[in-house]
Amino acid sequence: MLLNLGRQLSEAGVMGINKRNGEYISLYNDRKNYPLVDDKLKTKILAEQAGIPVTELYGVIEAEGQIRALDKVLSGHTDFAIKPAHGSGGDGIEVIVGRTKDLFKKANGQIISEDQLKFHISNILSGLFSLGGLEDQAIIEYRVKFDEIFDAISYQGVPDIRIIVYKGIPVMAMIRLPTYLSGGKANLHQGAIGVGIDLANGRTLTAVWKNSVISEHPDTRHPVTGFQIPNWEQLLIIAARCYELTGLGYLGVDIVLDRAKGPLVLEMNARPGLNIQIANQMGLLHRLRFIDANAVKMGSYMDRVSFSRRILPRIQ
Amino acid sequence: MIIGISFLVYKSAYLGFPLTPGQETSVWNVEIKINFQASNRPIKLMLYVPRNSRYFSIINENFISRGYGVSISTTEGNRQVAWSIRKASGQQTLYYQAVVERLDLGDKDASTKKITPISAGYTGADLEAALAVLSEAKEKSADPITLLLQLIDLFNDPGNNYNVDLLLRGKTNPDNIIDSIIRVLSLDGIAARQVHGLKMVESLDHSESASWIEVYTSGEWKAVDMVTKQFVDLSDYLVLWKGRDKMVTLTGGSNLDIDINIRRAEIESLAAASTREKNLSPNLSKYSLSNLPLDTQNVYSILLTVPFGVFLLVILRNIIGIKTFGTFMPILIALSFRETQLLSGLILFTLLVTLGLAIRFYLERLKLLLVPRLASVLIIVIMLMLVMSILSHNLGIESGLSVALFPMVIITMTIERMSIVWEEKGSQDAIYQGIGSLIAAAVAFQFMSNDMVEHLITVFPEIVFIILSLTLLLGRYTGYRLLELQRFKVLVNK
Repeated sequence: MLLNLGRQLSEAGVMGINKRNGEYISLYNDRKNYPLVDDKLKTKILAEQAGIPVTELYGVIEAEGQIRALDKVLSGHTDFAIKPAHGSGGDGIEVIVGRTKDLFKKANGQIISEDQLKFHISNILSGLFSLGGLEDQAIIEYRVKFDEIFDAISYQGVPDIRIIVYKGIPVMAMIRLPTYLSGGKANLHQGAIGVGIDLANGRTLTAVWKNSVISEHPDTRHPVTGFQIPNWEQLLIIAARCYELTGLGYLGVDIVLDRAKGPLVLEMNARPGLNIQIANQMGLLHRLRFIDANAVKMGSYMDRVSFSRRILPRIQ
Repeated sequence: MIIGISFLVYKSAYLGFPLTPGQETSVWNVEIKINFQASNRPIKLMLYVPRNSRYFSIINENFISRGYGVSISTTEGNRQVAWSIRKASGQQTLYYQAVVERLDLGDKDASTKKITPISAGYTGADLEAALAVLSEAKEKSADPITLLLQLIDLFNDPGNNYNVDLLLRGKTNPDNIIDSIIRVLSLDGIAARQVHGLKMVESLDHSESASWIEVYTSGEWKAVDMVTKQFVDLSDYLVLWKGRDKMVTLTGGSNLDIDINIRRAEIESLAAASTREKNLSPNLSKYSLSNLPLDTQNVYSILLTVPFGVFLLVILRNIIGIKTFGTFMPILIALSFRETQLLSGLILFTLLVTLGLAIRFYLERLKLLLVPRLASVLIIVIMLMLVMSILSHNLGIESGLSVALFPMVIITMTIERMSIVWEEKGSQDAIYQGIGSLIAAAVAFQFMSNDMVEHLITVFPEIVFIILSLTLLLGRYTGYRLLELQRFKVLVNK
């Protein structure tokens, strides 16, 4: 029975963790390039230099002593996001939507004091959220104000678009919609909805919530399939260009749509998760193998994006 | 892999290391007890002791003597222990104890060097008499063996032959007869020797050393019994010494009494094989685990099970897909289960982590920095362990005491990680991973504490090579994990 299931999955081209680690990440992602994506600060600087839009950096806190100067970093900003430079899986990110003198309002409406905020930063610095528990830096940056079009299909939090880029070609995409269950986080594991996106036109396909297919948002009751994501080609171009930026052959790019600034790269991931397959109800391997066989030399990112839009959707 | 397997095969097949624990071979305990009276004078006592021979190997030996200096010398193929003391009085008792194992090593005596007979030492009338006896015996014999048998016949009946009578000078004790025969044989250029040994029977108190004569013919020594005139089966005899000396030479004492006890015993063939290894291939054994001090060996017998555990963990994580806190934490927990036993270990661990977690949640309110917080959790964990030990001791539960053997740092880190997972990903995930860790630890413990596994790894440490190669192979396993099948099932049943 199990063997049979394994064979069926294999025929469906579903990629497992071992396969991702052993045959793609270890082959196409040079370890020396990891810091470029693991350190969000480096990613941000690199992307800015290349002209790829990212969330604007307000300040960095590198040492415990600098926490006292938090006020200076925050001056002039009433809303912002604090995240660990080496965080993983969205851990340790605190989004502040507004403030009075020394009280801060979190995205979920909770009010915290300045001391609590400083404690959070101190936790970040001591490596609580970083990969491997190493000492870390806290990044304070522009808070994304997501496009109103998502209002209907998102509960609090910021929906983000994950695009898997293989050898510079976007191969699969999904949008992650926060729910009440996920506490406003765009993490499928915690109960966010994963919705597959048609590479050809940016329209949402199937939606998966807690491992079952759904058609409407459980909190807003709004249909989540057939939703048109604006500026789709631009998103694909951004994702494709991240390949040159990082040199990583198997890359996950997380993009958010800001109502004022358009698409912004939030972060990149050298070990992107496999849930995108569930959201799209489709295995990754067929497309990856098709690229291996047919698209060895792809020149510009425009070529790659058009390959992605015109040919890949046909590979099921 | 190949190295590992070949070493394994070599050791088990050629050196006879047992593949399962507790296989037994036959060995004997030999004890020579020497009593004598001392009278305030310097004493020196020489005793011939066995050496490794073709048929017997000494596994272990002890020289028990209070206040005596002990030295062992090897001369002319004999091993002799010398006990000496400046001054002693009253009844003295010395012991020699040995554990010997019977085996067939092949002919170690076979050497190309020419054996020359001793000089007969006869002159004048003695020489004439000896030559006469020799020629008489030679007439009825064809080779050294039959010649020896003829001589035995002649010497065993001294009354009928004047020449023999002359050579023996009236002393018809076996030692003198054998000595005379050896001398006569040497006149014909035949090397012979007297050999003394113990008959290894099932069990015998007050045994005595037996002696026989050996002649050197066509490249090997043949042993012949003086009474039965038959070849002696040397695999039944533990050779003590060669020559005409007495077994014990005592100077400075009196009333010498020798008591020899032989007892057959069963010991684990592991010990026997180790000794055999030393005899057969000294270089290999010099670098083997069993040559380390015992306490170091004990440490390694535990450490060497870790590769098994880690290998198991690789399977659990990469093939099955169980999630655990930390990569190797389950192995460390499993190691501590060795001391607490599984069930009480599981209970104690769960209890400790649960209590620790509760307190950790309280600490969360204090908003401590990471390192001080970890430190305080560690201190609390130790206090909890103390409290649990005291409580369980008062309640009469002994296994509670073993809580102290839990690696507290591991517990601290478990609590910390668990509480973070709890906050970040929810209680469900934290409990799920906690149970995963415990399952992995329990499975690893069952496997690592298995007698068979422990035996195999200590006797054949080269198995580590095999495990390493299997782990390397698993490192290239890119198929699905068992739990992934469940996760991606939705992709098939469209």
